[in-house]
Amino acid sequence: MGIRFILMVNKQGQTRLAQYYEYLTIEERRALEGEIVRKCLARTEQQCSFVEHRNYKIVYRRYASLFFLVGVDNEENELAILEFIHLLVETMDRHFGNVCELDIMFHLEKAHFMLEEMVMNGCIVETSKSNILGPIQLLEKAS
Amino acid sequence: MGSQGGFGQSKEFLDLIKSIGEARSKAEEDRIVLHEIETLKRRITEPDIPKRKMKEYIIRLVYVEMLGHDASFGYIHAVKMTHDDNIHLKRTGYLAVTLFLNEDHDLIILIVNTIQKDLKSDNYLVVCAALNVVCKLINEETIPAVLPQVVELLGHQKEAVRKKAVMALHRFYQRAPSSVNHLISNFRKRLCDNDPGVMGATLCPLYDLITIDVNAYKDLVASFASILKQVAERRLPKSYDYHQMPAPFIQIKLLKILALLGSGDKKASEQMYTIVGDIMRKCDSTSNIGNAVLYECICCISSIHPNPKLLESAADAIAKFLKSDSHNLKYLGIDALGRLIKLSPEIAEQHQLAVIDCLEDPDDTLKRKTFELLYKMTKSSNVEVIVDRMIDYMININDSHNKTEIASRCVELAEQFAPSNQWFIQTMNRVFEHAGDLVNPKVAHNLMRLIAEGFGEEDDTADSQLRSSAVESYLRIVVEPKLPSTFLQVICWVLGEYGTADGKYSASYITGKLCDVAEAYSTDDTVKAYAISALMKIYSFEIAAGRKVDVLPECQSFIEELLASHSTDLQQRAYELQAILGLDANVATNIMPMDASCEDIEIDRSLSFLNGYVQQSIEKGAQPYIPESERSGMTDVSSFRSQELHEVSSHALRFEAYELPKPVMPSRVSPIEQSSSNELVPAPEPSYHAEMHQVASSVPSVSDPGSLELKLKLDGVQRKWGRPTYSSAAPSTSNADIPKIQNGAPQLDAVSSSSSKAVSYDSRRQQVEISAEKQKLAASLFGGTSKSHKRQSSGSQKVPKTNIPAAEKSHVAKNATSDTAVLERTPQPPPDLLDLDESAVSSSAQSVDPFKQLEGLLDLNQDTSTLTTSDASASGAPDVMSLYGETTLNVQSGGVPNLLPAGRDEANLLSGLAGTPNRNGHGENTVTNPTQQLNKGPNAKESLEKDALVRQLGVTPTGQNPNLFRDLLG
Repeated sequence: MGIRFILMVNKQGQTRLAQYYEYLTIEERRALEGEIVRKCLARTEQQCSFVEHRNYKIVYRRYASLFFLVGVDNEENELAILEFIHLLVETMDRHFGNVCELDIMFHLEKAHFMLEEMVMNGCIVETSKSNILGPIQLLEKAS
Repeated sequence: MGSQGGFGQSKEFLDLIKSIGEARSKAEEDRIVLHEIETLKRRITEPDIPKRKMKEYIIRLVYVEMLGHDASFGYIHAVKMTHDDNIHLKRTGYLAVTLFLNEDHDLIILIVNTIQKDLKSDNYLVVCAALNVVCKLINEETIPAVLPQVVELLGHQKEAVRKKAVMALHRFYQRAPSSVNHLISNFRKRLCDNDPGVMGATLCPLYDLITIDVNAYKDLVASFASILKQVAERRLPKSYDYHQMPAPFIQIKLLKILALLGSGDKKASEQMYTIVGDIMRKCDSTSNIGNAVLYECICCISSIHPNPKLLESAADAIAKFLKSDSHNLKYLGIDALGRLIKLSPEIAEQHQLAVIDCLEDPDDTLKRKTFELLYKMTKSSNVEVIVDRMIDYMININDSHNKTEIASRCVELAEQFAPSNQWFIQTMNRVFEHAGDLVNPKVAHNLMRLIAEGFGEEDDTADSQLRSSAVESYLRIVVEPKLPSTFLQVICWVLGEYGTADGKYSASYITGKLCDVAEAYSTDDTVKAYAISALMKIYSFEIAAGRKVDVLPECQSFIEELLASHSTDLQQRAYELQAILGLDANVATNIMPMDASCEDIEIDRSLSFLNGYVQQSIEKGAQPYIPESERSGMTDVSSFRSQELHEVSSHALRFEAYELPKPVMPSRVSPIEQSSSNELVPAPEPSYHAEMHQVASSVPSVSDPGSLELKLKLDGVQRKWGRPTYSSAAPSTSNADIPKIQNGAPQLDAVSSSSSKAVSYDSRRQQVEISAEKQKLAASLFGGTSKSHKRQSSGSQKVPKTNIPAAEKSHVAKNATSDTAVLERTPQPPPDLLDLDESAVSSSAQSVDPFKQLEGLLDLNQDTSTLTTSDASASGAPDVMSLYGETTLNVQSGGVPNLLPAGRDEANLLSGLAGTPNRNGHGENTVTNPTQQLNKGPNAKESLEKDALVRQLGVTPTGQNPNLFRDLLG
């Protein structure tokens, strides 16, 4: 299955985007997000960007005040996931221009659309920025 | 660009986002959301809401759920929105339902129709949106409703649709493999798709399929290898490049697939060697993504049939990882080492110190990974050090998931490699003491069995020595507070069986201890049951030995308490004990023979010994027994229940229903005991018996040796310990270690405190000592084969005699023979300067300024990203695409694809072309890095505009929300 969830959470532990590739109830999500953020916040910058939590491996990366956290299973290449996060941020950056937390908040659905293009069934399916953003730009024109 | 167009939102929405963004705490956020829920509940039901407005409401609902609150009141509106004709609204509706619903939700049925319709749409964006939802919300039952359309879409003219259709089929396969078994060949077809995106996506289902059945896909090895080659030769469109690497994510997926296909298959592996070698050579080890691919290569190399050359380059790559300052790379290095160590065990030696560094790193992730490595490289020569370390680590972690894993690994290693039974028991004691409630109960039974069986064929003196030492250690441990229940059960059992066996402790001493346990853990019935059974054994041993039994007052009151217990199990045990106390020596020996827990028990399943009794009763006019099958109507509740319970405990003895009134002590039954227990036990009702069994099944091996024997059978559990031949050093070592390990924690504290004292002593000496310690540890972990190690160990044995301070001398002398567990203590004069230098340098470099380095990394990434983007737009991507198409055609037609010479030339040319700017770019990066050019040229204006717009809207970067505006990549 690979990727189990993708989260964007800020330093205060407030969720900015959450996409799960396996179903969890709201309570489970809330608990999981709280635990993970606490765990990741406690780590210093030079420590590994990977944390094991329950049966997940969390790969996280911090951009300004925002943490990008990806929960994966054991078979994933952690460093590749770390770069996948960066690819996601680069893609958003190309779309929004100097992307910041507020862009994601104002355009939550678009951030989700990008993820929908990049990840399906917990697998990375598209990594070409033009392929990812193409449909979204068409969508904007349509509306 | 996108941001301006998207700001068509209402003031209300912006205010909401603003207040959520500015919320200082989770509590404040919750208040805002709760208020929002109230507002939405009112608004969303109003008539004639404009569509645009409704879309906003839906997104606000998404926020509500995302922030952890229930928004189910609005689900239906999201479902309605999926019917909309406007693609943007439709997609938002679809997004919301995938976020809100799971595949078994009742509302799904309302969406399936829409999905069906949309899959037929002329607008490919609509089809894509529908396929996204198919991937999330179609369950096994609804697959047939959309399957034909999805299959049809596999041949759609738009590559984006084909890609998503492949993933939809993948999803069906994940959910219900049988529903799409006949369609699996489609994945093979799509692998040769003209579009690299479709091909890349198809690798996901193929990876899953190959994981399940490797052999069915061996014919694709050549194709995968050739695709990988083409990817590595930059024949995919530039837009797939990431930080100068050609389509690294596709490369990684392909390497994963090759690893599966080449595992244990020499022929298949040989087809991969060249390309994997090429990729390893080409990988840019200065970028994260280059290292990610490199790491995947190592994984592949360690999985496929070994090739010496590749193994060598893998080892080199690992060395680079481990020497790196980046913890991420070290982590990968340790992981890769663990993979490669199976193939070339000697590789670990050259990285001894790096491994030890990681083991002692404060970063828990790294530490844990290193323990995983140690776990993989454990053998009988280093098991003591490793398990010792693991237990130390285990004691200090709170996370029970992690702790359970480490504990079970300790147990596994100890069972597999224990150098001596004594060591095994001591180790188990420590594991139980600190994680007793987390380990599998089976482990407790293994331990009891070991103590009971001893060495097996060996002489009895060794066995009794083992038992005495177990008893001794338990008597010491048992006074400690808050021991886990499982451990107490073991303690009680051992004390009962062997507490008085060697005559060292009197019965009253042991019974006193047992009563203390029962009192201290008075809420734990299981422990109490073990305790009273232990008492019973000790008293009957006393009776059998002809000694006068004096029951201590506290024992008496304990027994009395249990006689009136609510638990019938405890009650029965108490009554049995009372009965035994009144018996003579002969009977007691029969009921409770000494040290008989390992003897086989014959079970008379037909209960023939009761025939006489039955006969007698029938003669007296009692009803004969009617088998259950003949009295179907008569089953009453209690027998029903007992039946159920029997089913539950099916792995234990199976008693059929209605044997209930028969003896409760099923095993080792001597007729005398039979009758006595029948008489003594009050209320032999059916329900009672049922309860007994319940307890017996949940509390295995409690009282009578019979059930113990049954429980300890442990079918299939290998006898891993025993008496293998060990290296001559091992036994003496373990002997020396015992006292140390026995009082585990305090002793260890002492070690650490003493070493820390030494550290504060003199900074210079500290370096020396730490590295000496590490080397010692390394030596004990990695065995004595490496040269440097030999030098060290000879030094350590010689040097102390001459050089060490007198105070420490005795200690060293004591431990001189053992070079394993006690190593840390041994002080050492500066040993190998070379090694020392290395570790000192690496540690200081590490502490220099990791932030700086991270920053550098980020900047580099960022610069390259802009470069890539400009490259992508500038270079002739379509050309490369057509090229790609051409070659895939070759694949299709030619079977084994080999690149045409012409194609190669073109490719070279192209890659040459593409390569130059890249290389330039790269050089520039490294050079211009310090200039910190943060702003991405064309975007600066945009961001200013955006800023202005946001301010207009009332969101200003105040002290409350400074971060919201921070450029994420900046």
